[in-house]
Amino acid sequence: MKLGYLDLTLFLVILTLGAVILGKYIAAVFSGRLKFLAIIEGPIYRILGRAASDEMSWKEYTVALMIFNIFGIIILFTIQLIQGVLPLNPAHMAGLSWDLALNTAISFVSNTNWQAYSGESTMSYYTQMIGLTPQNFFSAATGLSVLVALIRGFKNVENDKLGNFWRDLTKSVLYILLPVSVIFAIIFVNQGIPQNFSAYQNVNLVEVQKIAKSPDIKTQVLPMGPIASQESIKMVGTNGGGYFNANSAHPYENPTPITNLLEILAMLIIPAALCFSFGRMIGDRRQGYALYIAMTIIFIVMTLLIMNAELKGNPLFNTLHVDQAQSLFQSGGNMEGKEARFGVLGSGLFASATTAASCGAVNAAHDSLMPLGGFVPLFLMQLSEVVYGGVGAGLYSIIVFAILSVFIAGLMIGRTPEYLGKKIESFEMKMVAIIILVVPFIILCSTALSVIIKPGLDGVSNPGAHGLSEVLYAFTSAANNNGSAFAGLNANTVYYNLLLGLNMLVGRFGVIIPLLAIAGSLANKKSIPVTEGTMSTSGGLFICILIGVIIIIGALTYIPALALGPVVEHLLLYTQ
Amino acid sequence: MHIVIKNMHAIRYYYIRFLKFAMSSHKVKLSLDKRIVFNALSASIKKLNPIYQVKNPVMFVVYLGSILTSGLGILSLAGYSMGGSTGFIISVALWLWFTLLFANFAESIAEGRSKAQADSLRNAKKDVTAKKLRANNASNIAKSRDFELVNATVLRKNDMIFIEAGDIIPCDAEIIEGCASVDESAITGESAPVIREHGGDSSSITGGTKLLSDWLVAKVAVNPGESFLDRMISMVEGAKRQKTPNEIALSILLTALTIVFLLVVVTLLPMSVYSVKANHSGIPITITALVALLVCLIPTTIGGLLSAIGVAGIGRMMEANVIATSGSAVEAAGDVDVLLLDKTGTITYGNRQASNFYPVNGVDKKDLVKCCYQSSLADETPEGKSIVLLAHKYDLTKEDMGDKSQMEFVEFSAQNRMSGVNFENTEIRKGAADSIKKYVLAHNGKCPVEAMDIVESISSRGSTPLLVAKNYQVLGVIELKDVVKESIKEKFDELRRMGIKTVMITGDNKLTAAAIAAEAGVDDYLAETTPEAKLFKIREYQQMGHLVAMTGDGTNDAPALAQADVAVAMNSGTQAAKEAANMVDLDSSPTKLIQIVEIGKQMLMTRGSLTTFSISNDIAKYFAIIPAVFASTYPALNILNIMHLKTPESAILSAVIFNALIIVALIPLALKGVKFKPLSANQLLLRNFLIYGIGGVILPFIGIKLIDMILALL
Repeated sequence: MKLGYLDLTLFLVILTLGAVILGKYIAAVFSGRLKFLAIIEGPIYRILGRAASDEMSWKEYTVALMIFNIFGIIILFTIQLIQGVLPLNPAHMAGLSWDLALNTAISFVSNTNWQAYSGESTMSYYTQMIGLTPQNFFSAATGLSVLVALIRGFKNVENDKLGNFWRDLTKSVLYILLPVSVIFAIIFVNQGIPQNFSAYQNVNLVEVQKIAKSPDIKTQVLPMGPIASQESIKMVGTNGGGYFNANSAHPYENPTPITNLLEILAMLIIPAALCFSFGRMIGDRRQGYALYIAMTIIFIVMTLLIMNAELKGNPLFNTLHVDQAQSLFQSGGNMEGKEARFGVLGSGLFASATTAASCGAVNAAHDSLMPLGGFVPLFLMQLSEVVYGGVGAGLYSIIVFAILSVFIAGLMIGRTPEYLGKKIESFEMKMVAIIILVVPFIILCSTALSVIIKPGLDGVSNPGAHGLSEVLYAFTSAANNNGSAFAGLNANTVYYNLLLGLNMLVGRFGVIIPLLAIAGSLANKKSIPVTEGTMSTSGGLFICILIGVIIIIGALTYIPALALGPVVEHLLLYTQ
Repeated sequence: MHIVIKNMHAIRYYYIRFLKFAMSSHKVKLSLDKRIVFNALSASIKKLNPIYQVKNPVMFVVYLGSILTSGLGILSLAGYSMGGSTGFIISVALWLWFTLLFANFAESIAEGRSKAQADSLRNAKKDVTAKKLRANNASNIAKSRDFELVNATVLRKNDMIFIEAGDIIPCDAEIIEGCASVDESAITGESAPVIREHGGDSSSITGGTKLLSDWLVAKVAVNPGESFLDRMISMVEGAKRQKTPNEIALSILLTALTIVFLLVVVTLLPMSVYSVKANHSGIPITITALVALLVCLIPTTIGGLLSAIGVAGIGRMMEANVIATSGSAVEAAGDVDVLLLDKTGTITYGNRQASNFYPVNGVDKKDLVKCCYQSSLADETPEGKSIVLLAHKYDLTKEDMGDKSQMEFVEFSAQNRMSGVNFENTEIRKGAADSIKKYVLAHNGKCPVEAMDIVESISSRGSTPLLVAKNYQVLGVIELKDVVKESIKEKFDELRRMGIKTVMITGDNKLTAAAIAAEAGVDDYLAETTPEAKLFKIREYQQMGHLVAMTGDGTNDAPALAQADVAVAMNSGTQAAKEAANMVDLDSSPTKLIQIVEIGKQMLMTRGSLTTFSISNDIAKYFAIIPAVFASTYPALNILNIMHLKTPESAILSAVIFNALIIVALIPLALKGVKFKPLSANQLLLRNFLIYGIGGVILPFIGIKLIDMILALL
């Protein structure tokens, strides 16, 4: 466990330092101070013409965003359907079924990257490169744009213009996502992740595999490709869609404990940095620190919980006298479904980070986590992905919780609530209500439906409490745009493809649209000066209240479901 | 006719008494008036009408749950059980009905108390007689006395009335002719009469006050039913009571939470069915248990008390003798962070006090002091008393004091603007510089230049000079100084800690204003104020995002009052001021603004604290209900039964009973409001968070356990 503390501490120090620096940079990008890529930016804006020059109201901003995203879904859907006749398809992959294509299109556009297929046997190079990869950038850039629009909503004084979506999108990709992913890609190459366009390699095995009644296996096909760069944006954009089906458990995606730590860093760095950018952009850095601290506290507690649960190992093994202790020679704990090079701690940290950020990349089988270990990723997603969260999405979601906290706590000081100088009134509360309703609504209804009707139950491979956890996990992951899978659930059916697609769509845009409405409404308001009578939203007390609201709203909604899933599983395991 | 007038006095007297009584402390009323409680009980049953219930989504869910469980109970009695024992289902149904009744009761009792006040006000308004002029022509009216006696309720706007010394003014009116002193003590509590005259800001007279001298011709300013009293009556009766903006926003949140929990509970059934099938043991959760879980989880505590808190907020304003024209005004009062305060009466004692005597032309100071003392002996005004007090410091002998019984005192009147004393051959007068000067010159006396110089220098430092003359010779000058109230500095410090800025408004010159501002510790001041300057200042603060409160009385205050976020008009002020304001202070007390802000804050705090409490309660309820409802499927979950509740049924029932009883237990808090302390925002937050947040987590664990123990005994 000591090693775990050390890992975690070291990681948090690096994350914080990196986030502070990157945060300053991002703030500078959106303030328009940085222009070193004007050569590329300029022509893009010229092509877009007036669309890229006019300041937009929240409605115009939303329309532009929706057009862009719907367009993205249509293009991606079409590419997948007709990939058989498109170029760059040496393996002659056929077009996908319509439901899978639709599910995948929504999945990549909504920054979920839920994969109901395995990449190496389904997608052509063309689909991967022209279809999926750009969406890794665009979906993250969409999240960033929404956040920037929201920040402008807080900053504006009686001015309803939230900026220009096309410009925000362009800046996000050019100045932030591309450079950061290039840096990580270079480090990944250095660490041994392949980055080439070579054909798949046929190599001789060191040890011949003997299988009864079959010829000996002497060679193996090694897949190649531009993996390092794909890996980089998969993490940096909190996408999580793996190059290989094994995702970050695959040695080519994640070869060493160092790349493991770097990948965790990559998926948290932008969401964490945005806290600091936020503070700078609204002109009160402490506001950003407060959100960062709140996120980090939840993250530490959850990570320690999963590390602890996994380190303890499986109690059923103890009766079989299996040594599960951590030592110099073995990482110990519950090693089922984990890679030996990461061990329990590296896998635990990865699992909590990938569900904290709405990344969804995995380096271990979450289905094989201990019940309490599996509870952690599930719960982190159910908190609406606010602990760092997706690029942009994490911060704008925690701001919704901050508004909610301010509303409840703010009244206790005898004033109508305000956040960052803006009064929180009924319109904002209406939108906040929609946001906190829409995600639980879609998750709970889908889960309940799936455990009683046949198409739903058909996909469940493990009956019992664990089966419920699997279904709940799938919908929670989809609706919160995480994309990680608990496995065990056969989700590539028309029923699950469509229902999960709906979950992703609602979970993404059911939050973004009301959020932009809040931004528009706030932008039109006066800014109230800070006095002694203003409730501080950067102090320790507010951080506690914010954490309380996040946990209570998250927990109160899912407690019964969690009780019937991982909690009872855990209790049953330990009482058997 | 004389008798009629006499009777009218008596009626007027009782009207004022009654008004005062109606406005008196709620605490007394709550314990005394059983009728309110009784009426509230019957009203809470009447409010079970679905048309009424549907207005409150949280309680409507409880309502539907009550009907559903009652139906299940009846079915169960008839032998068609849908799960659970009959006794259990009926108990849950009963307690759900109680939950509803308790919430209705809270609202009814808050309304009942306001309604009782409104009723007594309405009763008091009857049977008042006025002298209505036959001709709407004021000329020579005092001599012609051509009026008829009518009931005050038939008076309409623009009717002319005649009032003479001894009369009680029948309604709010505007003086057309005449000048008189009016005793407003019934409303203001101030015994010193005030001068009301035609023209200027003191031309408005208020119904219920008494004319002491002279006569007036006045024009009725409002129709019956349009006065603030009437507006208040209609408001407290609920007909015009609308939800305030913050109440609406909070209702949205509460509704959202209710829907979330509805979702949780509705989706729990299939999950439970799945678990039972998967585990091959136990029975799925019953409908009764689901309804119980739902009602416990939705924020019924705040949902049930929300409207009571709003009504009680307006009620507390009335306790403070402030009539708010809307609930939103009360709410805005809590948000105010800039107070525009009139210097006179708020920061300084409205009455100036003697601070020095200045003899002129070589007059012995002792002589001057002696004359001042004698002339003020019978002067009951605060100024007069202060002169006597100051004179005592000059070691006057018994002889100096003179024989009071031999003296004939001349009282201050609106016309001559001076007072004094006549005895033996002496005639002493003191008064405003110009009046004394005129008086002295009229009697061939002289007004020395030295005296006028002193007068000027006193005026220039913001004090008031009084000239003193004996036998038409000016002896010297008394300086009356504005004295800053003793406790005001601390009050302002308190306000500052609460984040409220104070701005002093004064007609004084900048030097004087700066000196008083520094002494009183206000944050800002506005000297040589004109109505335009006031309006501009308010706009300036509002531009910076502040919410501004002010008090005003004059017609020229009306634009500023209309601009301010919280505008309190003095009841003694002009009709225009009252129209522009959103609150009227019956006491016309300048310091009332501070109290109004506190009441506004208190109402919001109560709302927030009970919301926090209500949500925090859910944690314990989960621990009670979740292990109970799934006990048959997963006995392992009993580990979560940390309260060790006896049986699953008693656990659910205990949670439901706690949920109902907590509403009753919190009614007094909802009505009285949470304790207000002038602390900074963060201290307040910590305090209320610990009490209502943390307390809200812990209390139900204890409460539910206790109820479970009692149920086990039964």
